[in-house]
Amino acid sequence: MTALDSGVPVSLPPRRPRRFGAKEVQQAATAAGASVLGVAALFAVTPLSGALGFVIVAYVGFLAVYGVVAARADGELAARDRLARVMVATAALATFIPLLFVLGYVLTKGLEALSASFFSETLEAVGPLDPATTGGARHALIGTLEQVAIATVLSVPLGVMTAVYINEYGGQLARIVRFLVDAMSGIPSIVAGLFIFTFWVLQLGRGFSGMAAGLALAVLMLPTVTRTSEEMLKLVPGGLREASLALGAPEWRTVMRVVLPAARTGLITAVVLGIARVAGETAPLLLTAFGSDSVNTDPLNEPQSALPLFIYQQIRNPGEAPIARAWTGALVLVVMVLALFTLARVLGTGRRKATDG
Amino acid sequence: MSVAPPPPPKAQRTPADRVFKGLATAAGLSTLVLLGLIFVFLIREAWPALQEAGLKFFTTFEWNLDISPPSFGIGAVLFGTIVVSLIALVIAVPVSVGTALFINEYAPKRLDRLLTSLVDLLAAVPSIVYGLWGLYFLQPRLAGLSRWLTDHLGFIPLFHTSRPVFGFSLFVAGIVLAIMVLPIITSVSREVFQQTPRHTCEAALALGGTRWGMIRRVILPFGRSGVVGASMLGLGRAMGETIAAALILGFDYRISSEILSPGGGSVAGLIALKFPEAGEFERQGLAAAGLVLFAATLLVNMVARFVVGRAGTSRRLDS
Repeated sequence: MTALDSGVPVSLPPRRPRRFGAKEVQQAATAAGASVLGVAALFAVTPLSGALGFVIVAYVGFLAVYGVVAARADGELAARDRLARVMVATAALATFIPLLFVLGYVLTKGLEALSASFFSETLEAVGPLDPATTGGARHALIGTLEQVAIATVLSVPLGVMTAVYINEYGGQLARIVRFLVDAMSGIPSIVAGLFIFTFWVLQLGRGFSGMAAGLALAVLMLPTVTRTSEEMLKLVPGGLREASLALGAPEWRTVMRVVLPAARTGLITAVVLGIARVAGETAPLLLTAFGSDSVNTDPLNEPQSALPLFIYQQIRNPGEAPIARAWTGALVLVVMVLALFTLARVLGTGRRKATDG
Repeated sequence: MSVAPPPPPKAQRTPADRVFKGLATAAGLSTLVLLGLIFVFLIREAWPALQEAGLKFFTTFEWNLDISPPSFGIGAVLFGTIVVSLIALVIAVPVSVGTALFINEYAPKRLDRLLTSLVDLLAAVPSIVYGLWGLYFLQPRLAGLSRWLTDHLGFIPLFHTSRPVFGFSLFVAGIVLAIMVLPIITSVSREVFQQTPRHTCEAALALGGTRWGMIRRVILPFGRSGVVGASMLGLGRAMGETIAAALILGFDYRISSEILSPGGGSVAGLIALKFPEAGEFERQGLAAAGLVLFAATLLVNMVARFVVGRAGTSRRLDS
């Protein structure tokens, strides 16, 4: 016989989800204090040293003390819950801290040798003993622009049409294509370079060139453009398609004049994400563009440089100045990729709002 | 007497429609053709080298094409690739699963998009930048940890080292690769965790379970195969990663079980480092290495996608 059956109204206090309350904070503070003291004691008696060692020992100490404190106060289940919370938060920190370190270190090292000459000069007349501020990456920037442009021109129409095929026509074959596009997004970039080398450079005998690099980048860009475009086409409301067909528009006009324009900003996001994905690729360029120290504006003939390739070849040079140039190159590359990435996010947000409202 | 319902309206297909559908289908099939072409061209290029080396290509721990008969194979770099990928996964999988849970279950809802963007940002940083950073920032700072590991845990064969030299090692490369595969494992795990039926999670909480209890009994069992698939996607990425591994490991053809000391290489790194100076026959050998890498990563990726795809549809929680 429960309270409800007896007809007696039961008034329970309203239940609220548990929050990180003062009690937990107090327990955590106790544990933190205890573990810091413990670590200090450990350092006094054992040969442990270094910042990393300190952090690791303090962390383990904290977990142990916090667990014991929480278990004594609120029982074992609550203690496990709180330890899990600490460890999950630690995992998230471990993901985001490297990002901070990478970006911060690239920024500080990259600014050291950054000057206007980086954008206006090449490596043509630079000797091994010249300081880092002489010479620049104009040739590499030109190469990257041309190669990425070639890759974009080739992969965007193909990728968007593939997305149209998967999303608008469907069927068994479309599912297979989608599966293969997914699998293809994981092929190593160096394999794309090898493929274009055997196909373009050897089979067709066209030699190392910016065009070869553009082709290799297109192979890598295609899956990104296809999958992102497909996601964006999925967001176009079916009502728009039906309205267009109901007005008597043929299917192809519906896709070209209604579906694609409705997904316009989403498709631009797909393109920008694809560009961001390949702009920093180095491995395939080694086998296709091959690298050069001077400006080569002709993408069809002769090796060409590119920004990632410039960085790679500078690192492999002995001495301080090339390394400094490599850091500056890395800074420019990261800024470029981050700008593209942010652009894609901003456009993506606009898209979402447009469909919501 | 009932009137038969009118047939459902059929879309009018004009000839232009057929052309357009043909174009879209051709674009879709081009992916298939492209994958096929990659196989054909790599096999054709690699054939002479594979014929010369035979099955010993996988077991030879040398890369010497100038002597006669040439002795070359990818045994040592294959070992390096596997060890580095495993180190990366051992570190990245728990951290990624934790991050995915943090974003989904712990972080305030309004931070969701920001945190997801940060994870994607981690994926957007070019691998050459990770390589440069790993080489000059991370490596010197890991020497202390490596020394500590071998001093205190050296009795475990894994951490044993006979030379007190640290860095340029499989261990450092593994950590850099771990950072690089974090984003894909995190975002795929997160998507799979998100598909856990919300009412089951709420039921667990309503029964008095703690948040961790709910995660352990509901979300993790539901997402288990998704995490396996995500880890395999990470494995594929780690196996194919070229530049970061090549920069940190350099090139060393001795097979080394001492992961903390300099030595080891990776298949992708072998291609990148040897290619620029290679002659015709050596390039064929490198193409053979690329073929092996391509087949292995494609297989891993396909199995991974299959596993992840199934994870979304199975709603069974009876484990």
